[in-house]
Amino acid sequence: MMHGPVSTTAAEAIARAEAAATRADASRRRADWLTHAILILGVALFALPIWIVLMGSTHDVATISRGEVPLLPGPYAVENYTAAWAEGSARTTRVPVSAMMLNSFVMAMLIAVGKIAISILSAYAVVFFSFPGRMLAFWAIFITLMLPVEVRIFPTFKVVSDLGMINTYTGLIVPLIASATATLLFRQFFLTIPDELVEAAKIDGAGPMRFFKDVVVPLSTTNMAALFVILFVYGWNQYLWPLLITTTGDVETIVIGIVRMIGSEADTDWHLVMATTVLALLPPVAIVILMQRWFVKGLVETEK
Amino acid sequence: MATLELRGIRKSFGAVQVLHGIDLQVAEGEFIVIVGASGCGKSTLLRIVAGLETATEGSVLIGGADVTRLEPKDRDIAMVFQNYALYPHMSVFDNMAYGLRIRGLPRAEIEGRVRRTAEMLGLGDLLRRKPRELSGGQRQRVAMGRAIVREPKLFLFDEPLSNLDAKLRVQMRAEIKRLQRRLGVTSLYVTHDQVEAMTLGDRLVVMNEGRAEQVATPMEVWREPANTYVAGFIGAPAMNFLHGRLCEEGHAVDLRAGPAIALAAPPASATEAEVTVGIRPEHVRVVGNGAAGAIPLKVDLVEPLGAESLIHGILPSGEGLTVRASDCSPLAGTTLPIVLPAEHLHLFGGDGRRLRLAHARGAAAPVRVGA
Ligand SMILES: Nc1ncnc2c1ncn2[C@@H]1O[C@H](COP(=O)(O)OP(=O)(O)O)[C@@H](O)[C@H]1O
Ligand SMILES: [Mg+2]
Repeated sequence: MMHGPVSTTAAEAIARAEAAATRADASRRRADWLTHAILILGVALFALPIWIVLMGSTHDVATISRGEVPLLPGPYAVENYTAAWAEGSARTTRVPVSAMMLNSFVMAMLIAVGKIAISILSAYAVVFFSFPGRMLAFWAIFITLMLPVEVRIFPTFKVVSDLGMINTYTGLIVPLIASATATLLFRQFFLTIPDELVEAAKIDGAGPMRFFKDVVVPLSTTNMAALFVILFVYGWNQYLWPLLITTTGDVETIVIGIVRMIGSEADTDWHLVMATTVLALLPPVAIVILMQRWFVKGLVETEK
Repeated sequence: MATLELRGIRKSFGAVQVLHGIDLQVAEGEFIVIVGASGCGKSTLLRIVAGLETATEGSVLIGGADVTRLEPKDRDIAMVFQNYALYPHMSVFDNMAYGLRIRGLPRAEIEGRVRRTAEMLGLGDLLRRKPRELSGGQRQRVAMGRAIVREPKLFLFDEPLSNLDAKLRVQMRAEIKRLQRRLGVTSLYVTHDQVEAMTLGDRLVVMNEGRAEQVATPMEVWREPANTYVAGFIGAPAMNFLHGRLCEEGHAVDLRAGPAIALAAPPASATEAEVTVGIRPEHVRVVGNGAAGAIPLKVDLVEPLGAESLIHGILPSGEGLTVRASDCSPLAGTTLPIVLPAEHLHLFGGDGRRLRLAHARGAAAPVRVGA
């Protein structure tokens, strides 16, 4: 009897707690549902255009010219892709997509590798050495951050054309290699390397080059991988500069190729444009997937 | 193994002078501990010896050769850092072998030296691990190992134990001492921890604001501190300081807090009457009520330490006094009669320097009753 009221209260408390838990569950389920709905909508917004392009690339030119937007695969996939890959759109440019892909790949690769090489070395100089004009060099780099390619495009074009580098890989790639952003990223990372590590290496007898090779570069691998992915995609998607600098098919990149293919509305080979677009998507996607593990690690982890 | 000599080392960072002329002579195989409060310039001094920092003035001699202008790698030294500074991407083996590889030692010799050192430090099974897969104590050992495989002339330690927990610190302290004895390498060890300093050092350099206040063996520093700074810094709990006046031509000191105490001999060099009287808490004697010459201490706080208690109290002069006493734990608010034995008094002049007693070496000789 004496325990009566107590146990009643306890039972009530438990019941109340359970009810509260059920309510919380319900509201959590509602929240989950809403989250999923928003996510699905987002995915649809991003994926739908790609889906349309993918489907469009499997139909013949007539279907698309009629203004239909096919949402299901058609029967012409193999034909369209082989045509695009080997011949390109004959009416507008005579360059096969395979050649343009190679140009783009070479450009993106050299830009990414070049940017990383130059910026890691500049950051190394700015962080680990004291020399006259060090801060001046740093601020000069920092300020160019505010000047995107487009702003300095005419002077750059003038220089490149005076040097006779129009329609060359050199002219296409070198002006894009300097990178203030990557230099700053490496600088920030280098600043987190403890002074004692530098000093330990000094005492171990490592000179500047040895320290760079044996300590700085190995510690930067994840950062380099992450940057590589970003810069490869950046290089691959370059538009304005290649547009100015390539006037013949020899060094034409795929992004420019697609634009030239479209030409005028009437005589565009839409099925080939779609197939080319899909092909143009593949290398960046492949790079992202291949480097995904490193990429995420580089963004998330600081290994010290 | 080599001697080390510092001559008039001064260092300024811009307008701020951090070291004001340090002189030191270290014998072969000696273990010197540089101890002082944080910010007093210990690390700067060590880094100057290492060659990581250049002295504004003065020179460094290792094994008799002037190395002041040499790069760290050419000084044949090894250093253990507070945060260990292990190469994070290298295995334990590579961390230890890196310096040897750079010096171009044959592969077999490197392998042999690293394995031997690793065995000695109990790291034999960890050679393939990366630093992040090790505990704090193990990392500390690797850092030691990296220094030992080099077989340098000089070991430099910059607070190598401060990142360890208390228990491990005591354990590693003993281990460092044992290793140093066994290897016999001349060592310079920086710490802010006086217990570490007392237990490790053959001699201590007590530093304060860029000056070496005293260079002596631990016992000497404890028994005859050169000035009030050293007296207050070494010993825990810290020495008590009281106002006093020399009287009877220096044969006694008259405490502001109580009666005059007869000294064994007058101070040899006292120029003024005002002195600071120091006495360590463990030397204050608790006496029975009504004992002759007793000073009443008003007990303020008692901290039991187990076998002993720390009694904080106020003297009639208003000065505070700490007593470390066994089998005595009075209640706060009561009055405790105490006596300050003359043989344990330290006298300091107005400039803080120790006043030595004439004819007496070390602490005052036994008291002459009724002087
Ligand atoms: N590179 C430096 N630039 C300017 N001041 C410094 C530099 N290194 C140390 N100091 C100053 O010198 C003093 C002594 O520093 P340090 O030798 O590290 O002291 P400790 O090791 O005894 O704690 C400190 O006041 C510190 O601020
Ligand atoms: Mg320090």
